[in-house]
Formats: sequence, structure tokens, C-alpha cells
Amino acid sequence: MRAASPSPGPPLDPRYYQIAVLAGLLMYGLAKLHFDITPWRAALILTTALGTQWAATRLSNLPAFDPKSALISGLSLCLLLRTNDPRLAVLTAVVTIASKFVVRWNGKHVFNPTNFGLVFMMLATGRVWVSPGQWGTFAFFAFLMACLGGLVVNRAARSDVTYAFLLSFAAVQFGRSFWVLQPWTVPVHRLESGSLLLFTFFMISDPKTTPNSRAGRILFAALVAALAGFIQFGLYRTNGILWSLAILSMGVPLIDRLLPGPKYEWNRVRPEPSPQGAVHEPNPDRSRDALPRPLLGTPGL
Amino acid sequence: MVRDQDRTVLTMSNDYSGTPDQFAMVVPVPTVLEKGQIHVGDKTIVDHLDAYSAPRLVEYFDPDPCAIEAMKDEAKSLRSMAPMAQGTTAGETRSLGVRIEASYTVGEYDILILSARESGGLETWLVRNGYTVPPGARRVLGSYLRQGMKFFVAKVNLRQQKRLGFSYLRPLQMAYESPKFMLPIRLGMVNADGPQELFVFAITRTGRVETTNYRTVKLPEGMDIPEYVKGDFPRFYRAMFARQVEEQNREAVFLEYAWNMSWCDPCASDPLSADELRKLGVFWLGGPQGQSTFISRLHVRYDARHFPEDLVFQETSDQTNFQARYVLRHAWTGSRECPGLAEYRKSLRERRAREAENLADLTGWDLRSIRRRMQIDDRDPDDGGDDSWWKGIWGSIR
Repeated sequence: MRAASPSPGPPLDPRYYQIAVLAGLLMYGLAKLHFDITPWRAALILTTALGTQWAATRLSNLPAFDPKSALISGLSLCLLLRTNDPRLAVLTAVVTIASKFVVRWNGKHVFNPTNFGLVFMMLATGRVWVSPGQWGTFAFFAFLMACLGGLVVNRAARSDVTYAFLLSFAAVQFGRSFWVLQPWTVPVHRLESGSLLLFTFFMISDPKTTPNSRAGRILFAALVAALAGFIQFGLYRTNGILWSLAILSMGVPLIDRLLPGPKYEWNRVRPEPSPQGAVHEPNPDRSRDALPRPLLGTPGL
Repeated sequence: MVRDQDRTVLTMSNDYSGTPDQFAMVVPVPTVLEKGQIHVGDKTIVDHLDAYSAPRLVEYFDPDPCAIEAMKDEAKSLRSMAPMAQGTTAGETRSLGVRIEASYTVGEYDILILSARESGGLETWLVRNGYTVPPGARRVLGSYLRQGMKFFVAKVNLRQQKRLGFSYLRPLQMAYESPKFMLPIRLGMVNADGPQELFVFAITRTGRVETTNYRTVKLPEGMDIPEYVKGDFPRFYRAMFARQVEEQNREAVFLEYAWNMSWCDPCASDPLSADELRKLGVFWLGGPQGQSTFISRLHVRYDARHFPEDLVFQETSDQTNFQARYVLRHAWTGSRECPGLAEYRKSLRERRAREAENLADLTGWDLRSIRRRMQIDDRDPDDGGDDSWWKGIWGSIR
């Protein structure tokens, strides 16, 4: 799919696509799959996420309140977070958004906010849970998710981490089944999971928390897949991918040091291919940076 | 299945109907079990648990519409039926292993705990010992061996059974500690000639249990259905369940009951006593961890195509109560005349039309025959019928 248009000017922020897709998934989950969440609970989570973002923006003296990122985190929580207690839902939303402002290293937040919020609350309270089986394995659904997710990732220009993770995770699943003599239908069934696709296309792909260099991202994705496999098959625990991502996110600063690369910013112009024979390029030395410099820094995201 | 943290007490109850000497049960288990970890349970407790958590009919009687003060509907009676027999696990697969880790006689059962290095050796050993191995079992056995599982093999000791005086197979219980929270279903599918039924009664301290690798779906519940269903609730339930299975592409596990066992309202039968719970393996009762017991009743109809892998569970902290109940409202049949009667009759007709639709939706039965059975006039628009003049021309030809 070609995402870049040849016309000049900044492309639409990829997060609009993410918000639309996540909102669509939530509607589908509520209407068709009867997710264990009411529309009221969803509204509560979204309002809290946006409110926390607003408050944190004010406290951090950031230039402007940007609801997009908080909306994405809030929608992801609606899709994943399950709890009986509305207060815990509120607290999870606060922790999720606050983590972006508090848990930072070298100008980047360390954890994918939703991932952090879920893992932190599961560990700290034991009264929230994630239902990885809630999506079922409807082939149509998987297909739709993949297409929509692919679109989002392409626009976010960091699809390498998604593909690397998908390949590594598939290798882990097929490898495990090969080792324990299971028929191939078993790994296929595991890969047909809606939760896996959501994680792959919307969580690990978060360009703000993945390593900066391509080699680093591919390494990171492979490690996340391997650790998730160990949690699933070695420790027999649920939600291996969530735990794995949270644990390995703490290693991203190290990967960035070993394999440095330019930091990602959402609001930037894509690199335009140089026309053949162009002579008046103001700064021809682009070999150092694979990606152009950001136009607008948004350090709070 | 009783589970808290990594401790599991599994009670297996079979609906085996052949002769006891033909019965053998092979269950993959995560650890080698000592004799004290195996116990023969009481079938009546399992039956009680089944009756307590079974999908049910709730009956209400309409109040006298002529009564001056509007009364609230009141539950007058309650009835429940166990819809189906207990499910099986991997019971029918008769096979044995190579290395006997342990051998016990517990109650009327001879039990072996087996392990083997590879499935080929297992199969040879089985054939030499006069066992028939269904085609395909070797691969599944091999797969469990590679996963580090042992095999729990139980046969009925006829002499012991005669001595103890039981004519049926009592449930077997085992207690073990392992992070694996799963039920092996693949072995049972090897020689099955169609989908199999399994009921899982999971009792935990914290909340509802669900499958993590299949969707856990709540059965539709709470609908008003026609009065005549009372006479044939099991048939209604089977048809409804079959339809739900199809609607979920045969890929779902169904939740029939989820309840904190310290109370129920209405109760289909008395809740289980502390003594019964303890006998089922609720080991934390009376200890510092408290009295909390939460039951989840899961019902799954599985076959190899739609359930390629074993059921893996997780314990959630969900304490939301749920029960598959269907409401049956009896019409008021008094003879007193009053102005409120016309209004009541009108609402009754609408309700009966809705009940017919609900039943058709739930079971897939033909709406026309339901309405006929309910003696609803198809041409009466108040009955939800269609009074279009052309309706009768071809409607009867079809």
C-alpha cells in the first residue's frame, strides 16, 4: 500500500487513523462480541484519560493540550482492561497517562502507556484482568484487523517492528508446536487471536517507545516474542506478550545506546524522494540521518 | 476443578455407560502423583453441584389485574432441571505407558502413573499388554510426553468394586501443584465420533474462570419464553445450546453460571455446605485465606476441528454473578370482570407474541409452529400476527 502522496505538505497525523480504528474495534466488541464493558465504563475511562492528559499538560508547562495520544491510550484500555470496580478503571486510566510524563528516560517515555497501566495495575491490585480470549478467532475479523492495523503502521512509518514481531512470534509458536509434536493447527489457532493482532499493530508498534534504529527495533521485537514465548510455555502464565513488552521496554534505553538512531516525532514531514537531477538541495548531507528532523517537537506525548 | 494460586484439585466424573471391566481412563497430568494426592470422591456432591448451578426456568404468576393496588410480580415457585449428563474428559482412550512411576489401588480403582521417553515405546508396550490404541493416539500421547506430562491411568478393580458395593463409577479426584491451569481434551478427541460435551465447574477464591485461548461467551438469559416450555425444558435447553454453539462458529466456551457460593437468589437447589465444598477440594475453607468460594460453570461442545488445542484457563477477579435463567410467566386465569382486564389482555397478547419470538430466536425453531402450539392467532395484529389480506393466500401452500 502506498501511503505517501507525491504532493508536498505534512501528511495527516497517523494517530487519527489509530483513533478511528480503535473506536471501530470498540464498537464491534461492544455490539458483536459483548465485551465485558459497558458504554458508561468506556466513557469513564476515556474522560479520565483525557482529563489526566490535560492536567499533566498544564503541570508540565507544555505548549498545547493534545488529546490524540490520550484518546488512543483510553480506547486501548477500553478494549483490554476489565475490572469490577469503576474506581480501579479510573485509577488505571490515570496511571496509564501519568506514566508518559513520569517514567521517562532520555526524553522518551519508557513504556507504552496502555501496557504500563495494565501491567502495573495487575501487579499492584490483583483486581484487574485482561481477557485474551475475548476476541475469538473469526477469520474475517483477523483479516480486517490486519489490514486496518497495517494501514496505521505504515502511516506511522515504523512497520518494521510490527513485521519483525509477527515473524518472531510466529516462529516461536511454530517452533514450540514442532518441538512438542503438535499439529500445525495449534500454532495457527494461537496466531489467529484478535488480542495478538491488537498487540502487534497497536501496542508494540508504538513509535515513541520502540528503539530508535531499525536494527534496534528488530532486535527488540525478536526479544519480546522470545520472552512472551517463555512466559507462555515455560511459566504457563496468561498475557505473556503484555508482560514481555513491559519488561523489555526497560531495556530500550540500552538498545538505543548500543544501536543509536534518530528519535521519532509524530508531527513531521515524511522524507520526499529527491527528483532525478535535482541540484538545489539546501542540505545534501542526509547520510547521517535516515529520517528528517522533526518540524514540531511534542515532548509530552 | 478447584484452584487457588498454583494448587489444583481436579474431580473427574464420567458418564461412562459400558461395563466396568471395559473402563479405563487416561489423563495427562502435570506431575507424578503420590497416593495421598488421589482420592475417590462422592458422586452425590458432584450431582448437587450440577443441580445447584444448572440453567433453569423461573416461573412467575401474573397478579389479578382487577386488584386495586398494583402488585409487583412475585416469584411463587421455582424449578430447575439438570439439562444434560456430566461430560467426560479423555476417558475412553485405553492406553498405558512404559515406565510405571507409581501404582496404587484407591477405592475401586487401580491407578498407574506412567511416564515414557517416546510415544513409539508407549504404543509397543500397550499392544504387548493387550490394549488397542486408536489410530492417531500415538501422536497425541507423544505430544503430551514432550510437554513433560505424565499419564494418570485408572481402571476399575472389579473385586474391590464388588467388595465396596458400588454399581456406578465414582468420581476420581487428584490434588497437585502446578502453574498449568488447563484441561487436556485432545486425547479424548482421538477416538470420538462426533463432538463431545464437557462441563467444567471451577471453584476459586477470587472470581470467575474463563478460557484464554477460546472465547468464553455468556449464554443468553433472562428472556420470557412460552409457558409450554415448562413441560420440556431439557429439549428447549438442548436446542438453545446447539444454536448458540452454531452462532459462535462452534469455537466458544459457554458460561452457564458464575456465582459467589455463599448465597444465591433464587437457588435452584440448596447451596453446597462447607463440608461438601471441602470434599470437593476447597482446601482454603476455614483457613486464614477465608471462606470465599466463587463457582464458574462452563459448558463446551468440542471437536478436533474447532478446538485444536487444550483448554487453557485463567482465574479473574470478576465477582459478577451470572446465571442462565429463562422466565416463564403464567397468565392470570381468574374470571372476575373489571375495566383493567381489557388492558391486561392486550398486554398479555403482546407478551405472548414476544415470547414466541424469543423462543424462535433462542432455539431456531419455526416461529409458526411455536405460535400454533401457543394457540396464537396468526391473523391478529395484536398477537404480533400480520393481517395483510394476501397473507393467507400463499402462506398455507409453502
